[in-house]
Amino acid sequence: MTKLSTSSNFVKPDDAFRMILEAHRGLEDSASHALDTALVLILANHIGDLDVLREAIALAEQSAGKQ
Amino acid sequence: MSAVRQFGYSRHPDQDRDRLRAAHHDVVVVGAGPVGLSLAIDLAQRGQRVVLLDDADRIGEGSRAICFSKRSLEYWDRLGVGQRMVDKGVVWKVGKIFARDALLYQFDLLPEPGHKRPAFINLQQYYAESYLADRTAELAAIDLRWSNKVTSLERHNDHCELTIETPDGPYRVSASYVVACDGARSALRGMVGADFEGQAFEDQFLIADVKMTAAFPTERWFWFDPPFHSGRSALLHRQPDDVWRIDLQLSRDADPAVERRPENVRPRIERMLGNGNFEFEWISVYRFHCRRMRRFVHDRVIFAGDSAHQVSPFGARGANSGLEDAENLAWKLALVLSGDAPESLIESYNTERSAAADENIRESTRSTDFMAPATAQEARMRQAILALAKDTEFAKRMVNGGRLSVPSVYDTPLSTPDADEWSAGPRPGSSLVDAPLTDDGKDIYLSDAFAENRDGFALLEFANGTSAEIDANVRRIWIGGDGLADTEGLAMKRYDATPGAAYLLRPDGYVAARFRHPSKDGVAAALARANGLQ
Ligand SMILES: Cc1cc2nc3c(=O)[nH]c(=O)nc-3n(C[C@H](O)[C@H](O)[C@H](O)COP(=O)(O)OP(=O)(O)OC[C@H]3O[C@@H](n4cnc5c(N)ncnc54)[C@H](O)[C@@H]3O)c2cc1C
Repeated sequence: MTKLSTSSNFVKPDDAFRMILEAHRGLEDSASHALDTALVLILANHIGDLDVLREAIALAEQSAGKQ
Repeated sequence: MSAVRQFGYSRHPDQDRDRLRAAHHDVVVVGAGPVGLSLAIDLAQRGQRVVLLDDADRIGEGSRAICFSKRSLEYWDRLGVGQRMVDKGVVWKVGKIFARDALLYQFDLLPEPGHKRPAFINLQQYYAESYLADRTAELAAIDLRWSNKVTSLERHNDHCELTIETPDGPYRVSASYVVACDGARSALRGMVGADFEGQAFEDQFLIADVKMTAAFPTERWFWFDPPFHSGRSALLHRQPDDVWRIDLQLSRDADPAVERRPENVRPRIERMLGNGNFEFEWISVYRFHCRRMRRFVHDRVIFAGDSAHQVSPFGARGANSGLEDAENLAWKLALVLSGDAPESLIESYNTERSAAADENIRESTRSTDFMAPATAQEARMRQAILALAKDTEFAKRMVNGGRLSVPSVYDTPLSTPDADEWSAGPRPGSSLVDAPLTDDGKDIYLSDAFAENRDGFALLEFANGTSAEIDANVRRIWIGGDGLADTEGLAMKRYDATPGAAYLLRPDGYVAARFRHPSKDGVAAALARANGLQ
């Protein structure tokens, strides 16, 4: 049973993508890593569901493996 | 230096016996550390004769455990030594976590009143061992033999044979059961051909006990990256006798022989305390492990305490969990030896305490990983949490400076699942929750009422006219009516009780079953199940 939503949830997905991208713009790699790390933890807590988190990690691992 | 206590070796008639006619004993406990001593006392109080062997003839060298949990104190109350431990120990319940020099958050391990015992006391392990050793001397059923080192073990179908080395040379005994409480370096583990599996941490920790008069509160203070010990963690905790435990994380490649030298430790601690007014009691450098045996029961050789499982000390889960092993095993072994329960009851010790060991290993591994991140990304994650924790609740709760020992909850075949609706109270497989009561106007605690019942099952009943008809061997703890008065209503509340409700308590204070309206058959079936008769 999947709980993770992979349908498009933003009205304007480009805005969301852009927002994250701009947060990183101009940052050194180390600062970018730190930002992403904090972001992952904040969003994971917001979701607050271990099953969703597990599925998200699995999907991320799968896609990272394809790159 | 710490108070070393010397015990004498004395020759035992068993040593004069012919090799082929070795003396036979029901139970031999190997190792008189906190676990072996407690187990021997518990077995003796349950009517068993115990031979307790230790290869040393003294206690009090070095310093190890300091934090003893409420659960351990409740157990020691039943063994008749709890009050002495609490009188000598320092009571605490608050922990503070600092990042750099700012307080990040604090926790209270026992926020509610109405419990006999505090969340924790700090007490040097050698005091605990010394008081337990005194207690063994009061029990004629315990035969404690110092300077008796087990050097070999042969396993047979219904007994074991041990070879024991003494200052007078070796001798042999046979035993129906051997309990190996011989510590993390257990030789008996090797003698049954078992291994010890788990994780070793590369980081090293300097542990120093220093004597000083200081005005710090009796709280557990833990720092990440403090100004006095940049980039690493530190811990400060009070013990009795104006002794303070200081724990400083070192690097992976630090040379323990160099780091241990007082002249190298002194400046580190001066930086921490801001002065040099202290003396060393003890200094050591550790590398921690989290590991366990796959099985704790090898036919008639049973492992308990550090011999069976080892954790890093950041949750005070070592000795405390070993004591839980002892209390879990003692009543089962006593029932098996007296023929009142099948041998298979021992298997539930393996089931229950293996799961507990997994939990303790999981918790202390997580703490140690948080303190000593293994990769760059782990370090970044920790950094992010520490930074977010200043302003957010969620991140505070992820900061892991040690999750302190709490009693395990067992999913066990000995429990009878709830048939009634309960919205609170300890579920089957959980341990007794304390509550204040009065007995003829005198203040007592539920844990006291339970402790009086040292050797059997008890039915905790909340009065509603007549009490349930039950097995004569089960003692009753009767609350309300003409029994103990629940003046503050806390027992009722903590057990989610309604008039007539009852909890069946195992001899180790764990809930075996609970009933809104106990019937004779229902209680009898739960009792049989908890005795392994089903
Ligand atoms: C720095 C540090 C801090 C700690 N802090 C805490 C804490 O705050 N709280 C906590 O709960 N735990 C703590 N621990 C863990 C705790 O010290 C151990 O878990 C505890 O000592 C285990 O008790 P034990 O009886 O199983 O084994 P041990 O205490 O190791 O006792 C084993 C005994 O067996 C004897 N023996 C060994 N081999 C033989 C043999 N062949 N024949 C006869 N006798 C033998 C030994 O002489 C010894 O007396 C800490 C440990 C360390 C190192």
